[in-house]
Amino acid sequence: MGNVLEIDRITKRFPGVVANDAVSLDVEAGEIHALVGENGSGKSTLMNIVYGLYQADSGEIRLNGERVEIDDPRDAINLGLGMVFQHFMLVDTLTVAENVILRAEPQKFRFVDYRKAEQEVARLADAYGLRIDPRAKVADISVGQEQRVEILKALYRRAKVLILDEPTAVLTPQETEELFQVMRNLREQGTTIVFITHKIKEVLAISDRVSVLRRGKLVGTRSTAETGHKELAEMMVGREVLLRVEKEPAKPGAPVAEISGLYVDDQRGTAAVKDVSLKIRQGEVVGIAGVEGNGQQELVEAITGLTTARTGKVLLHGEPIQHLGPMRIKRKGISYIPEDRHKRGLILDYNVADNLILGLHTQPPFVEHRLFRSERHIAEHARKLVEEYDIRPPNPELLMYTLSGGNQQKAIVAREFSRRPEFLICSQPTRGLDIGAIEFIHREIIRQRDRGTAILLVSAELDEILSLSDTIAVMYDGKIVAVLPAQEADERRLGYLMLGGDPHLPEGDAERGVTAT
Amino acid sequence: MELQQRSLTSRNLLVPIGSVVLALLVGSIFILVVGENPLYAYRVLLVESFGSINNIAGTLQRSTPLIFTGLGVAFAFRCGLFNIGAEGQLYVGGMVAAIIGVSFGNLPGLIHLPIAVFAGMLAGGLWAAIPGILKAKLGVHEVINTIMMNFVAYYLTDFLVTGPFHGGRWAPETDRVFPTAVLERILPPSRLNTGIFLAIVALVVVYIVLWKTKTGYEIRAVGLNPSAAEYGGISVARNMVLAMVISGAVASLAGVEQVLGVHGRFIQRFSPDLGFIGIAVALLGKNHPVGVFFAAVLFGALRTGGAAMDRLTDVPRELVVIIQAMIIMFVAADELIRRLVPRRRKA
Ligand SMILES: Nc1ncnc2c1ncn2[C@@H]1O[C@H](COP(=O)(O)OP(=O)(O)O)[C@@H](O)[C@H]1O
Ligand SMILES: [Mg+2]
Repeated sequence: MGNVLEIDRITKRFPGVVANDAVSLDVEAGEIHALVGENGSGKSTLMNIVYGLYQADSGEIRLNGERVEIDDPRDAINLGLGMVFQHFMLVDTLTVAENVILRAEPQKFRFVDYRKAEQEVARLADAYGLRIDPRAKVADISVGQEQRVEILKALYRRAKVLILDEPTAVLTPQETEELFQVMRNLREQGTTIVFITHKIKEVLAISDRVSVLRRGKLVGTRSTAETGHKELAEMMVGREVLLRVEKEPAKPGAPVAEISGLYVDDQRGTAAVKDVSLKIRQGEVVGIAGVEGNGQQELVEAITGLTTARTGKVLLHGEPIQHLGPMRIKRKGISYIPEDRHKRGLILDYNVADNLILGLHTQPPFVEHRLFRSERHIAEHARKLVEEYDIRPPNPELLMYTLSGGNQQKAIVAREFSRRPEFLICSQPTRGLDIGAIEFIHREIIRQRDRGTAILLVSAELDEILSLSDTIAVMYDGKIVAVLPAQEADERRLGYLMLGGDPHLPEGDAERGVTAT
Repeated sequence: MELQQRSLTSRNLLVPIGSVVLALLVGSIFILVVGENPLYAYRVLLVESFGSINNIAGTLQRSTPLIFTGLGVAFAFRCGLFNIGAEGQLYVGGMVAAIIGVSFGNLPGLIHLPIAVFAGMLAGGLWAAIPGILKAKLGVHEVINTIMMNFVAYYLTDFLVTGPFHGGRWAPETDRVFPTAVLERILPPSRLNTGIFLAIVALVVVYIVLWKTKTGYEIRAVGLNPSAAEYGGISVARNMVLAMVISGAVASLAGVEQVLGVHGRFIQRFSPDLGFIGIAVALLGKNHPVGVFFAAVLFGALRTGGAAMDRLTDVPRELVVIIQAMIIMFVAADELIRRLVPRRRKA
């Protein structure tokens, strides 16, 4: 088959960076072409150029062999291109169908024909397996469904080439699987897809070919069947990458934290954590596996004092701490890497140095005479951590929001790890980060473990749980349904338990167990 | 950079200065309509507010209470709170200062004045604590409560000044405060008084509190991201109440200064909306002490010059109010100005 889309030596400069440096790549008709690279490698920029949002400084774009000038998205749409962005652009107060037809409304006597719109949207959704109710208000639907609306918008405008910019970043694993099915359906019916991601697993699962960008340059294009995890990781990072964390077997010591009979309510007042008991010992990583929203967040916030448990105990070295506030719990030697770094973990309008003392800001040496900030010590602390944890750019005066996600996370890790905690709680510590940053944070977690820290790891990524944990607890519907040594766990077994499978059934009966409940 | 946020760099200055320029341009249309020459009218305004020592003194005198109210409002803003109650706080502060001022005639000035000032501040701070506590503990929006507290303050002081503390004269005012409680005049005949030094001290203290203490770190953290503040062990409720108390205490100094320095007594409803103009001052000054100072001086100058313009030209003094309103509108619509002024960056 021929190429639908040819990108030829596209260069795009932004102040201070070359976002795309003479990038050339061809997309064949009817394929799913993955575009991968670390954050900031220029994937979005390249596709925004194709879609007419940015103008290239040089280079050309050909569609079906013909050179095209794409000045704005309207040109792109007319040429049969569609794009779904990382941030959706929907009108909350309108229905799904209304959003889909917006600015391309079917008309009848100069009135919008909503009946026809709904039918058309339903027909399209049906044809590609996009589960959605055309009459639902966008305000009421989930993020995954919003994404389907965006896809429908493109299809409704007869897109032949569909660009998806990191569509899986906002999806749960199940939704991702559903999206992949939709993508396969689309491919079957002749749509070409450019799929942006930085997760290699997804590339291998869905794409026909894959192109890798690194620092604005195309490293290469491979046929997915002829490449693998290792090669792609190296192409992305530019050096050899350790896919599995290297670690010695744990040498667990005395129990540090003991949780018993803990019940926690969520914001609506219903029990989110039900009778959880857990023990975390010195020098071991206890991983909590589970589909998100099964009480992990509430459990962690109760341990750290950010919410109050209804009943139950949290003991640190045998001493109850569940009634203490967040500050006093912190001072007892608990560090916490929160799941939502923008909402919880950082003050984006503070500079890096001030973020690095959050929670330490009331303690010497950062305070003098009990009230005044010690700028000298704050700056020194920041300089030290920025260097030690390789936070880039290495300037503690920069406001936090100017840093990339990976570096923001490194700042949190630096702050929390440098307190030399006795008990460390990591919630989704590598969410949204690229391979280099993940590798770094994993190594740091293991280093903490080997120092004798007790670690509780919560993650929706099974890979992460499996490669870091010494003991794995599976959480489902607010309860710990199984605790097993890491050696006895594998992806299948955990996946089965996470979905509510019966822990007492032997492995062989697993599938039947799920369908029976 | 934190520095960018802290100091007034060119980018931060763009909106305030652009707003003032635009407001003056719009104002000139009105001047043309009444048949005057805008350049002449503005020249009068400038000369009459800054043209002589005496005029400068008058301008500074009108700026002094605005520094207090602007600073108070700005302080609460830094904690994410919108204190619309400066007007009520300054009445309460002024009343308490007056009560102390007309009582205790036998105290030495070195004690009497500080007590009167401090008591006024304390009263204003406690007054503001009420909406602060309601917000922190019950989540009641502070905008509603500060407005309500204004009305309570008006009628409470109405009652006090016409009832228990009504002075010997017929007018609704207290007696003169004892000379030991007076903020001395600096450059008579203007009514500029030592309150201006108090204002400068307040500016410096607020700057230090916000950026050089752990308390300021916590208050600003709560204002920028309460969830992260909580995570960092910062008590959101405590800091909200504290910020309201400080905000109210600073704002109430405007009333204290008017009573002890300008009028020498509490006069019923003496404030020409000083508390509300303070909101504009904070907005224009970007909630920064340095910005608040310049914004207060600007508004003070408009008041002084406006009166003169009224006398010397056909332009009514209401023009000044129009210009003030325009400035606020343009500051609020800062995006508009950012777009009007071309930037070099082109993506
Ligand atoms: N509008 C913009 N202005 C300035 N720099 C930008 C802009 N968009 C992207 N960049 C820079 O270009 C580079 C590539 O960014 P991007 O294409 O978003 O990467 P990716 O999508 O691969 O994460 C980054 O260094 C980013 O900071
Ligand atoms: Mg991107």
